[in-house]
Amino acid sequence: MYFSKKLYELLSSMRFAVSVLTVVSIASIIGTVLKQNEPYNNYLIQFGPYWFDFFKMLGMYDIYHSAWFLLILLFLVTSTSLCVYRQTPQILKDMRQYREHLNEKSLRQFTHQKSLAYSISTAQAQAKLSDVLQQHDYRWRQETHADGSVMLAAKTGNYQKLGYIFTHVAIIIICIGGLMDGNVPLKIQELLGDKVVETRDIPVSQVSEKSKLSVRNLSFRANLTLPEGSRADVAFERVRDGYMVQQLPFTLALEDFRIEHYPTGQPKSFESDLVIMDPELKQPLKQTIKVNHPLTYKGITIYQSDFQDGGTDLQLNAWDLTGARNQPVKLAGKIFQQTQVGEGQGALQIEFDDFKKFNVLNLSKDIKAKPRNVGPSMIFKVRDSAGQAKEYLNYMQPLNLDGQFYFVSGMRATAQEEYKYLRIPADENMTLNSFMLLRAALFDERQHEQIAHRLVSRLLPEAHRDAQTTQKFESSVVQLLKQFTQGGYSSVARLIESSVPEAQREQVAKTYIKIINVAAQEAYQMALQQHPEVQANKSLEDKFLLDSLNSISDLFFYGTPFYLSLTNYEHHEASGLQLTRSPGKNLVYLGSILLVMGIFAMMYIRERRVWLLFKADAKQVLLAMSANRKNHDFDQDYEQLLQRCKLALRSEK
Amino acid sequence: MQSSNVRRKHFWQARDWTDWLFSILLLLGAAGVYANYQSLMDGYEVFFLASSVVGFSLLGWFWSPIRSLIAGVAALSLSAIALYAGDLSLMQQKFLLKFLISSQSAVMWMNVLLILATLIYWLALFRKSAFTGKLATFLTWSAVVMGLTGLMVRWYESYLIAPDIGHIPLSNLYEVFILFCLITSMMYLYYEARYQTRQLGGLVMLVVSAAVGFILWYTFDRQANTIQPLVPALQSYWMKIHVPANFIGYGAFSLAAMVAAAYLLVDRGWGQKLLPAKALLDDLMYRSISVGFIFFTIATILGAMWAAEAWGSYWSWDAKETWALIVWLNYAAWLHLRLVKGLRGNLLAWWALIGLIVTSFAFLGVNMFLSGLHSYGTL
Repeated sequence: MYFSKKLYELLSSMRFAVSVLTVVSIASIIGTVLKQNEPYNNYLIQFGPYWFDFFKMLGMYDIYHSAWFLLILLFLVTSTSLCVYRQTPQILKDMRQYREHLNEKSLRQFTHQKSLAYSISTAQAQAKLSDVLQQHDYRWRQETHADGSVMLAAKTGNYQKLGYIFTHVAIIIICIGGLMDGNVPLKIQELLGDKVVETRDIPVSQVSEKSKLSVRNLSFRANLTLPEGSRADVAFERVRDGYMVQQLPFTLALEDFRIEHYPTGQPKSFESDLVIMDPELKQPLKQTIKVNHPLTYKGITIYQSDFQDGGTDLQLNAWDLTGARNQPVKLAGKIFQQTQVGEGQGALQIEFDDFKKFNVLNLSKDIKAKPRNVGPSMIFKVRDSAGQAKEYLNYMQPLNLDGQFYFVSGMRATAQEEYKYLRIPADENMTLNSFMLLRAALFDERQHEQIAHRLVSRLLPEAHRDAQTTQKFESSVVQLLKQFTQGGYSSVARLIESSVPEAQREQVAKTYIKIINVAAQEAYQMALQQHPEVQANKSLEDKFLLDSLNSISDLFFYGTPFYLSLTNYEHHEASGLQLTRSPGKNLVYLGSILLVMGIFAMMYIRERRVWLLFKADAKQVLLAMSANRKNHDFDQDYEQLLQRCKLALRSEK
Repeated sequence: MQSSNVRRKHFWQARDWTDWLFSILLLLGAAGVYANYQSLMDGYEVFFLASSVVGFSLLGWFWSPIRSLIAGVAALSLSAIALYAGDLSLMQQKFLLKFLISSQSAVMWMNVLLILATLIYWLALFRKSAFTGKLATFLTWSAVVMGLTGLMVRWYESYLIAPDIGHIPLSNLYEVFILFCLITSMMYLYYEARYQTRQLGGLVMLVVSAAVGFILWYTFDRQANTIQPLVPALQSYWMKIHVPANFIGYGAFSLAAMVAAAYLLVDRGWGQKLLPAKALLDDLMYRSISVGFIFFTIATILGAMWAAEAWGSYWSWDAKETWALIVWLNYAAWLHLRLVKGLRGNLLAWWALIGLIVTSFAFLGVNMFLSGLHSYGTL
């Protein structure tokens, strides 16, 4: 009994409420600093295994839905409710009372009181001052005291006190609404073991009943990605590192998804043409939704939240990067599907992950320049037979970098890294043909001797063209080309380091680069003659050659033996929808209205009490005034009323 | 006190002919807009137009300088629109547009006038010159006129870029900072007129000058003044009420913090002869925080309603939302201590001053350091 009384006092005390609010604030701040609801792998990388588990136990990755946070909110509701329960009777009693029994002695204690003498009759004085009170919106009660004096006890702004009740009840209502829409019922079912979060990526048909939520579920916030032309009757509620399957009381189909863009390339609107099919409907309900314009059906509101690829069909050219082949192989791909290239140990799996039709980028070095649309891109992974994968980002069209056009492909080994970019120069037809022709010609070892032979006339001074020197020259050119086509410039650098004394290295390097350049020119001319069917530049300009040799050199770090260029695509999009049922919403809004009314009442209704005590034995009235908040306004009001009363008593009529 | 002042007039009795004239002019303006653009307006827009007549009438009745302000801003904005004649490229060609009332120039004038007003308020404070003080007040008013004109013209300019790009200039940090300067200055001007507190001008305008500094940096270093189209989430009516309500809150809290600074100075015996009395400062601080609190509450509720429509949930624990809650709790506690516990004095003043840090973080810090749904103005 003693204990429960103490507990009641503790819970209903303001100190307790303030402590709870402080904890809520601190927890909220943590939640804004630590990104919430990220994939768990990100946290694991960020914190390491030990702290990852520790924070996981504390529910740090979804603080606002963790059991302890909800418990604190529950405490807040309890504490505020008890506080209201404790204070309300007193407030209501106070609102009813006029305190007409106060006597002169106690009125004299007031800070704002004054005796006024008058010459008119007491009845007249009473009538006049009642008038004044009325003009100032006071309500009063008259009482004759035992000593014969007459008391007019008046008050105004009675509803200020309701402000207290309104604001506090509002907070309780808002919290209850919020708890209803939070996942409290699910939390309880999880604790009881009735529901289990599914973490595996499996088809809905294989998800166990324990991970499914029925159509009667009170409140939920689920997501659904619907490709164009498909339908679904379930959505997915994300819970920590897994999900629950929310069954819907209708079937939802997406007919079309559209993105409109501003002239600058920024998205202007996302729209989905939805069809709702329900046996209760005579005909399917068709409606277009967009951001800020959701659709509500059967208490479930459907929002446009995002979009992603819905399985775009890709047509690709796979260019060999290792051998002498200068023509691509045609390949078909589809986003979210895989393609196998090669066989056995060397087989590679290409996983197409994403396609973007628009990429608004600022390619110039000037950060202030306007970003513009650079066309489609695709993201894919190339996985070897050991399971190791690298991720690639390829742009379909060549990008203008510093005035030159390049085909750009980003490569990274893990999702945490930044992409490293390979830049392949585009030729005058904006194709890869010229580069690939050059690369293939250089990589054709059978041709190296002939290239070397041609170089003799171009590089070897005539005076030194004896048989021995020529042969030595030719063999060293062949050796150099072999090094370059097996490892690029870094391989050539290693060759120099191992065979040339340090003092001569720079000179030799210059010579070698010159030889490679001229050799490339020759190789290219030979290739043009051998492959007249290839549409390519008729000659190699210096800049193009330089860029080409650099990118050939970079190919050795590219990580795959082929380059995928996108030649055509058929775009299929998927709309990201959010489906919510939140019965607490109306409670929250009701609470919000109460809250605003309450705050207005507390701050802007001036509560005033006035006592006019007409003495029985003298023509004198004692005026006293009180307010539960004494500030500047109160002094003014007192002064005003006092003057008015004086004036009223002075006048004859 | 004179007897005529003493008799309480009721609301409608207190209206004189200037009040009615002002309202009739507003009504005529709105009728003109309706007659010309009716075919382009949806139900919300008609409702907002009608509400703006009522709202601005009440505001003008409540505080008469608002009438001259609205008239001035309307005259300047309409001149700018007439000068543009539907062609944005005239911005660089017509003298008045280029140097005075294109949105960019008008905002620059606001910046200059606000800085100047701040300096002159300080000068007036130390020289105790009534005339200099009046000059500072006048400069602040001029800045408000120019800033508001700047926003109005910017609104029009955005439609000149392309009809589908046009939107109210409340959509990014640059635009709301202008709004912040305007609201804080106007609230200060109201209290200045009502409580004769011109000595406070220098302190209060420091906050506004800081915001001006930010605008200048943001304009010259980041070219933030260019008009950007709205992302889909912002294409909503709620923006027009949620954002201003929020900035009345921020403005009032900033004002309260500077009054608190004055209170603490006086309390230490510094500037006692220059600054207003502690009782007045205390009252001002309370008033300012209560106005701010009400608007901040309303803004947060409106924000929740908007979020329910745009993001599918009225509360997502987004960084901005969470910090708004923290700001709200902070001032709720402040008011609780004052109203329920009757606390006064230094503690509350320090609290109001430190509250500015919390408020600024919610306003600016969240955009700088945290990520979330409200990332419309990244730095």
